[in-house]
Amino acid sequence: MFSKTLRISSSPHINKGVGVDVIMRNVVYALLPVAAFAVYAFGINALLVILTSLIACVLTEHLLNKFSNRPSTIADGSAVITGLLLGLTLPPIFPLWMTFIGGVLAIALGKFVFGGLGYNAFNPALVGRAILQAAFPVAITTWHPAFLADRFTRVSESVLTFPFAKPVVDGISGATPLSAFKFDQVTTESADLALGLVSGSIGETSSVLIALGGLYLIARKMMNWRIPVAILGSVYVLSGILYWINPEIYPSPEFMLFSGGLMLGAVFMATDMVGSPITSLGVVIYGIFIGLLVVVIRIWGGLPEGVMYAILLGNALSPHIDRLIRPRVYGT
Amino acid sequence: MLKFSSNTFKHGVHPPEHKEDTNKLPVRQFPFPPLIVLPMQQHIGKPAQVIVREGQEVARGQMLAKADGYLSVPMHAPVSGIVRKIANVPVIGGQKASGIYLETFPFSGQEVVEGAPVPLSASPEAILQGIQDAGIVGLGGAAFPTHVKLKIPEGKFCEHLIINGIECEPYLTTDHRVMLEQADDIFTGIRYLLRVTDAKQVIIGIEANKKDAADHLADRIPDDLPVKVKVVPVKYPQGAEKMLITALLGKEVPSGGFPIDVHAVAVNVATTAEIGRLLPHGRGIQERVVTITGPGIKKKGNYLIPIGTPLRFVLEHVGAAENLSEVYMGGPMMGVSASDLDLSIVKGTSGIVVFGDENVKRSDKIYPCIKCGACVDACPISLNPSRLGILAKSEAYDTMAEEYHLMDCFECGSCSYVCPSNIPLVQYFRVAKGIVRKRKSAVAHV
Repeated sequence: MFSKTLRISSSPHINKGVGVDVIMRNVVYALLPVAAFAVYAFGINALLVILTSLIACVLTEHLLNKFSNRPSTIADGSAVITGLLLGLTLPPIFPLWMTFIGGVLAIALGKFVFGGLGYNAFNPALVGRAILQAAFPVAITTWHPAFLADRFTRVSESVLTFPFAKPVVDGISGATPLSAFKFDQVTTESADLALGLVSGSIGETSSVLIALGGLYLIARKMMNWRIPVAILGSVYVLSGILYWINPEIYPSPEFMLFSGGLMLGAVFMATDMVGSPITSLGVVIYGIFIGLLVVVIRIWGGLPEGVMYAILLGNALSPHIDRLIRPRVYGT
Repeated sequence: MLKFSSNTFKHGVHPPEHKEDTNKLPVRQFPFPPLIVLPMQQHIGKPAQVIVREGQEVARGQMLAKADGYLSVPMHAPVSGIVRKIANVPVIGGQKASGIYLETFPFSGQEVVEGAPVPLSASPEAILQGIQDAGIVGLGGAAFPTHVKLKIPEGKFCEHLIINGIECEPYLTTDHRVMLEQADDIFTGIRYLLRVTDAKQVIIGIEANKKDAADHLADRIPDDLPVKVKVVPVKYPQGAEKMLITALLGKEVPSGGFPIDVHAVAVNVATTAEIGRLLPHGRGIQERVVTITGPGIKKKGNYLIPIGTPLRFVLEHVGAAENLSEVYMGGPMMGVSASDLDLSIVKGTSGIVVFGDENVKRSDKIYPCIKCGACVDACPISLNPSRLGILAKSEAYDTMAEEYHLMDCFECGSCSYVCPSNIPLVQYFRVAKGIVRKRKSAVAHV
C-alpha cells in the first residue's frame, strides 16, 4: 500500500491561487467595456487601431522570445494588456502602420530590453506612445469627432495610409476638450466628458466605464486603490485651488478630472504594479507626484495633455521612493 | 473571565481554515503499532542518549534515553515491548539519525509505569527539572525544550503568562480539542507554570473560530487563579509567539529578543495540559494528540497516538487515498513535507495533513516578481519580501541581513502564500538565513 513516491515541497504548501495570469486576465476584462464603448463611439476605425496594436504587441512578444530562445510569455497576458492600452491611447484615425510600429516598440523597448515582465522600469504602453508622439507629432494630435453617422461603414483614409507615407487627413477632424481649452479657451460640459460624448483618444473618453473597470479590479483586490485616489485627489485639489484663485483663466476641477487621458492613466496605467512603488505610503507619494505633474503640464506646459509624461516620470521616481520609504520592521 | 478583543497584529493572511472537518471530533486512542521507531532527536538541542540495550524488555513510560545536557530532553517508552535494535532511523529531510526500534508486546495491558511525582509545592527549580525529566517540549510544533523556555534569565521578571490556544494553522484542531477535553489538566499546568515564572496574570489567547473552547475554559477558571480568557480575531500567523504577544499585550518583542524582554512568557496550551497531566504522576511523554486530516484521508479525526508510530501505520489505519501526493507533518503553512512514510510521529507533530494529486493546487509555473506588494501587505513583521527575494536571487545575503532584517523572518509563509508569481520566497529566506548564520559563526571562530 502507498507505493507511490511522495512529492516534497517547501512550506507553505498552499497558495492563495491568484496568479499573475489571473490578475492580467482580470485587467483585460476590466478594459473590455472601455474598448467596446470606444468602438461604439468611433466605429470601425477605432476597432482597427485597437486590433493592430494588440496584434503588434503579442506578435512582438512571441517573436522576441522565440529569437532569444526563451519560453513564450504570451500566456501571462501582459502583452495583451499593453496592446489594448496602447490602442486606447491613440487617436481614432491613427494610421495602422504607425500603430503597428508603436506596438512593436512598446514591447521591444518598453519591456523586452529591460528583461521582460517584472523588470520593465516604465509602463510599456506609454513607452510606445511616447515614441509615437515624438515620431509622428501631427498624426497623434489629429483628432476625429465621435458618433459620426457613417462610423460603422466607412474606414478613414488616414487609418489605411500606406506604410511610411504621410497620412491623408479627412475633411473632418475634431478638437479634443483639452486642446479646445488650451488653444481656444473653450470648455466642455462635465457630464458630456464623464460619459464620453466628446472627442479624444480611442479609449480615454468614457470616464464612467474606466472608473467602473477600476472599481471591479479594486473589489477583486487586483489594483491598489491608493494610486488612482492619490492622483485624482491631488489633481482635484490643486486645480480646485487654482480655479478658486481665478476661474477666468483656470479650468474647473471637474473639467480637469474628466478630460483627456487622466482617468485612463490614473486607473489603468499608473497602477501598473511593476512601475509603481511597493509600500502603501510609497504609492500615495507616487500618486500625488503624478497628479501635481498632470496639472503643471496641462496648465503651464506647452502641451494640452500631460498624463503620459507625468506617469512615465512617476515610474522613474518609484524605485527611489521604495528606497526611501521603508516601513518600520516589527520590534525595531 | 472571558474577554473579546479586536486587537491583533499588523498584516497577516486568511488562508481557508478547513477546521470543520475535525474540530467536532473528540480525541480517540490510536492502536499501538507493532513496531515503534523512535528518533532520539525530536527536539531542538542535543539528541537524547540511549540508556537501554538491544534485547532489553521495557515497560511503557520507562525512560529509554536520558537528556544530554541542559538543552536536551529524555525519551520515554511509548509502549511496553522489547528493544529490537539501536540504530539509525529515518528522520525528516530524508536523512537518518540515532534512534531505537521498539517491538510492541502484542498482548500487554500497556500499563504506564510512573516515576516520582513532582508536587505543586516543589521548588521552582525542582518543577523545571520535573518538566525536563518528563521530556516535555513545545507541542505546537517548534519542539523547543520547555524547561529552557521557562527559565527566567537573571535580572528579568515575568509579569504575563500567556497560554497560546490560537492554533492558526489551517486544518489543525488538536489544541482546540485539548482545550475542550482537558480543562483540568490545563489549569493544573498553569499552576505549575505560575510557580516557575512567578507571573502576576495569565491570559489564555484563543481565536474567534474556537469560541466554544474559550467559553468552556472561561467557565472553569478556578477562583484562586488570576486567569483571563481573551478571544482575538482569526488571522494567520497569530499563533506565532511574537504576534500573539502583540495581539494580547499591545507590545512588540524587540528584534532579536525574547518575550521575557516585555515581561512575558508564552506556552502552547497543549504543552500546558501535558505539564498538568504528567508532573503529578512523574510520567514522561509517551503519546500526543495529532489531527489526521486533509482531502486524502477517509477517517479524519483527532487521535492520541504513541510517539514513534510510523506514518505508514497511521495512514493505513485511517484510510488514506491511494493516490496521495503530499503528506505534511504539521499544518500546510509551516509544516514539513514527509519524504516517505517510514518517518514516525514525533513530539512536535501536531498534525498530519494529506493531499491527493488533485488537491495540490500550487502551480509549478513561477513568474518574475511583478512588485504587486501583496507580500509586503502580508508580512506580519513588515519586511519587504519582494526586495529580499530579488536580493536572494543575486546572492546578496549580507545586504539581506544587514539592511532588510532577514534574520527577523520566522518563516510563517504568508508572503509565499499570497505571491501571484509563485516565488518560493520562504525557501529563499531559509537558505539565506542558513548561509548568514554559517558566515557569522565562521567569523566568530577566526
